Amino acid sequence: MKEPFGGLILNVAFRLLVPFTIVYAIYVLCLGEYSPGGGFQAGAVLSVGVLLSRLILGENAKFNVLGKTSVVLAGVGTFIYAFTGWLTLFGGAKFFLDYNYMPIHMEPQHEMHALGIFLIEIGVAICVMMTIINLLDAIVKRGADNGDVE
Amino acid sequence: MRGLVAVLLAIMTGLFCLVITYLPKIGSADTAPNRHVTPVYIARSAEDTGSPNIVTGVIIDYRGFDTMWETSVMFLAGVTTVLVLTSNTMGRKPEKDGEEGEVIK
Repeated sequence: MKEPFGGLILNVAFRLLVPFTIVYAIYVLCLGEYSPGGGFQAGAVLSVGVLLSRLILGENAKFNVLGKTSVVLAGVGTFIYAFTGWLTLFGGAKFFLDYNYMPIHMEPQHEMHALGIFLIEIGVAICVMMTIINLLDAIVKRGADNGDVE
Repeated sequence: MRGLVAVLLAIMTGLFCLVITYLPKIGSADTAPNRHVTPVYIARSAEDTGSPNIVTGVIIDYRGFDTMWETSVMFLAGVTTVLVLTSNTMGRKPEKDGEEGEVIK
C-alpha cells in the first residue's frame, strides 16, 4: 500500500467521498444514543475514511495514521473508557460507571448520564478505528515482507 | 466398547430430540431470563439512564462494565494479531525468490 494507485478520476471521487464518510461517522457516533449506531460502528466508518485516503494517496495522504501511532491510539481509546469509570469513582460513586457521580455537576441528572455515555462512545470509536487500521497495517507489512506486494 | 458408545450416543440423541419439544418458544416473554431483569430494564430505563433508547441504556449504562471489557478484549485481540502477523516464524527471515517460488509460479 506504499504505492498509491489513484488516477485523476479516483482522486476527484475520493475528495468527495472521504469528507462525507467522516461526517457520517460523527453522525453515527453522536446519534448512537437515539438510534441504531454508536461507538463500534462509528469507529468502523472512520477507519474506512482513513483507509480510503491511504489507498488512493498512499503514505503522503493528509488524513492518515502512520506507523505505531495506531497501536498507541487504540490503547488510548480503551483508556478513555476506563478513565470515565475512574472519574465516577473519584466523584464518590459506589460502583464503576455510575454516571450520577460524574465530577462535573449538571442539572438535570440525565445530562451527566449523556456526558458519560458520550465519553465512553468516543473511547470505543477510537479503539475500534485504530484496531482496524492496525490490523490492515500488519497484513500489508506481512505481505510486503514476503514479497507479495510491491 | 465402540458398540456400547454408539448405543449410548443414540440414546442421548433420542433423549435430546424428545426434550427439545419442551423448550420454551424463542422470543417468548414467559421464559426465565425474560422474566428476571428485563421488565425492570424496560420499566426504569428512561428515568434511570435518561437515554431515549433502551438498548443504549442497557449496554452502556446498566452493563457499562461489561462493555468496557468487551472493548479491552477487542484491543488485546488486535494487538495480539499484529504481534503474530509481524513476527517472523521461528526467528528466520522469510526466503525471497527461492526455487520453490519458481515452482509455485
